[in-house]
Amino acid sequence: MSTMTTGVSPHIRSERSTQRIMLDVIIALCPALIASVILYGFRALLLTCVSVAACVLLEFVWEKAMKKPVTIGDLSAIVTGMLLAFNVPVGMPIWEMLIGDIAAIILVKMLFGGLGCNFMNPALVGRIVLMFSFTTDMTTYAAPKVANAITSGVDAVSTATPLTMMDQIGWSNFPQLLLGAHGGVLGEVCAAAIIVGGVYLILRKVIKPIIPLCYLGSLLLFSWLFGGAQPVLSLFAGGVMLGAFFMATDYVTSPFTNKGKVIFGVGCGLITAAIRVFGNYAEGVTFAILLMNILVPYINDLTMTKPLGGDASK
Amino acid sequence: MSIRLLHGVHVPHRKNTAECVPTRMPPPAVVTIPMSMNIGKPATPVVKPGDEVKVGQRIGEAGGFVSSPVYSGVSGKVKKIDKMLLFHGAVCDAVVIETDGAQTPYDALQAPEVTDFDSFINAVRDSGVVGLGGAGFPTSVKLKVDPEKVDFICVNGAECEPYITADTRTMLDDSEMLVDGVELLHNYYPKAKVIIGIENNKPACVKKLKELLAGKSYAEVNALPALYPQGGEKVLIHNTTGRIVPEGKLPIDVGCIVINTSTLVSMTRYIRTGMPLVEKYVTVDGSAIKNPQNVIVPIGTAIKDVVAFTGGYRCEPKKIVLGGPMMGVSVPDDSEVVVKNTGAILCFDEKDAVLPEPSACIRCGRCIDACPLNLMPTEIEHAFNAGDAERLGKLKVNLCMECGCCAFACPAHRRLVECNKLSKTMLNKYNAQQKAEAERKAAVAAEKAAAAEKEKEAIAR
Repeated sequence: MSTMTTGVSPHIRSERSTQRIMLDVIIALCPALIASVILYGFRALLLTCVSVAACVLLEFVWEKAMKKPVTIGDLSAIVTGMLLAFNVPVGMPIWEMLIGDIAAIILVKMLFGGLGCNFMNPALVGRIVLMFSFTTDMTTYAAPKVANAITSGVDAVSTATPLTMMDQIGWSNFPQLLLGAHGGVLGEVCAAAIIVGGVYLILRKVIKPIIPLCYLGSLLLFSWLFGGAQPVLSLFAGGVMLGAFFMATDYVTSPFTNKGKVIFGVGCGLITAAIRVFGNYAEGVTFAILLMNILVPYINDLTMTKPLGGDASK
Repeated sequence: MSIRLLHGVHVPHRKNTAECVPTRMPPPAVVTIPMSMNIGKPATPVVKPGDEVKVGQRIGEAGGFVSSPVYSGVSGKVKKIDKMLLFHGAVCDAVVIETDGAQTPYDALQAPEVTDFDSFINAVRDSGVVGLGGAGFPTSVKLKVDPEKVDFICVNGAECEPYITADTRTMLDDSEMLVDGVELLHNYYPKAKVIIGIENNKPACVKKLKELLAGKSYAEVNALPALYPQGGEKVLIHNTTGRIVPEGKLPIDVGCIVINTSTLVSMTRYIRTGMPLVEKYVTVDGSAIKNPQNVIVPIGTAIKDVVAFTGGYRCEPKKIVLGGPMMGVSVPDDSEVVVKNTGAILCFDEKDAVLPEPSACIRCGRCIDACPLNLMPTEIEHAFNAGDAERLGKLKVNLCMECGCCAFACPAHRRLVECNKLSKTMLNKYNAQQKAEAERKAAVAAEKAAAAEKEKEAIAR
């Protein structure tokens, strides 16, 4: 009887764990992964696997070297690896991909204290590093292999992304956008696959729909207000869907409260629309989310909950 | 009136024993009745070794205003008056009684004469009843308020903790006594509306009490959603009346009294029959228990005797909890005894006993969504780790009722309740220091002013 366990209540815990949440995100990313393999062939899978392996290994080696407990079991490194791979075109050289992984895991995640302590989304910073280091490779978009099979020809075999020519496309190109039969980076081309994954996350209650809806809604509104071409269609082009469902909803770098999430989502939409319409850079998702990431501590401070029965004057 | 219900968490119900009518266990060979079973002063023993005691006989006198008398639930001989270490660290006297098995009732037992409010309060005090839901606050102290000030009496039948069905059985098996108690309350608090709040996972209780209370305009049965912690005092008040108990205030400050169903039944039983609180309905359950069931246990019976009566352990228990799994206390071994506010004995096997190790906070905000009082547990933990007592005050950690929703919901399994408890200590220490500092400064300022005044006078002269 001397081996009884004692401890502070509660003595039961919910089934949900960090690991299970990360596993759900990985599952939700799989439709987009499958779509990218169909669209771009097995190199898409290879790039993703290399990126995942690199992220996990980097985290492991770093923690061993720093004599810290190894946390790769929480699967968060796999999520980062997948998301970063989803942000590069299929032709990206492997060694360049690895630089992005180092930036994401070491620079953004581990140096700030590991999971939960980074103030920016690691995969997005990885993307920025790659974007400025290897601009040509990051913007050389191969035409999808199956483009012709899905949409009998037309513009499909183009190496430009739809975003750079938004004024030339119309509703007849919608199926192409939805299915991803156009140039782009691995994970973001097939809007349908990303939406499927996003809906899975919402149904599993891993994420709340607030940020994606506010993001998409405000992007639509501000694109229209700013006079951008094809505000509705542009929601399905570029990184918006991947950003709205998978990047902006990252727990660590988004606000706690529902009110905060609304501000965050609307802010992301506003900045994305502004960059897309007024900037000379076709895509604004990455910068929009990163800028809002930086504002999160302030948003959290402004949207603190009001404790029930708390006296505000004290 | 529509009230926006407070947040909470969906805990597993595990009400395995809801259908199980409590059986009265025979008295064990020895009972150890602690004199401190309530918040406030412990009782003083009024028996000495060698004395014969009978069922319902007073063995401890209330030790002050916030205190409660103690009665024996067995007949037998007082073996000794011992010092006892309670599981929360305090030491108190305990009366150890060797039982004779006859369970002879005390001859002088008779229903008290209750004619007016004062005699009602005295009767409640004499009944030995304290908050049986778990708090253990003497009921007579709670009820001794100006009846004019009471708008609502919330009878707490929520029983939101998993496993426990002792209140469920009280509501079903003692429903007449309960309704009688509601009438008593109505007599002495005529202005108050009596609301019985029951989670809707107990439809039988809701139905039965609704039938019995039909036509009584002063009482109503409120079926609440089964969302933990529906039975938390502040939560029940809010969800049944819409009122909010402010920081540092009591329910009575907003015109409410909350009383647990078992508490109400026990005090009514004393007023009607003269039998004080000497035994408890206790739910015995958990993965290490062979035959989960409800038992009527004499107060002072050791856990091991109760478990033996139910048929023993299924496997070696690795954790024993008195009360529910969300707010109950884990005790060091099974020689601890059943006290007035014990509603359940839960014994868990190794798998259930060991909780997952905490990992890094991923800032998902689930603790904030779960908190019924809209606190921000993750921010509290952050402030605590930073030693920032001022921020703890701003985050209102003192409002926390330690219901455990945050820790239950946390996917990183962080020990948030533990942290909140420590945070409260840190904040209270800081506040005391601030106060002392302010007083010191005021004293220095006063001294200086006096000195300056003297100097002025000297110059003037």
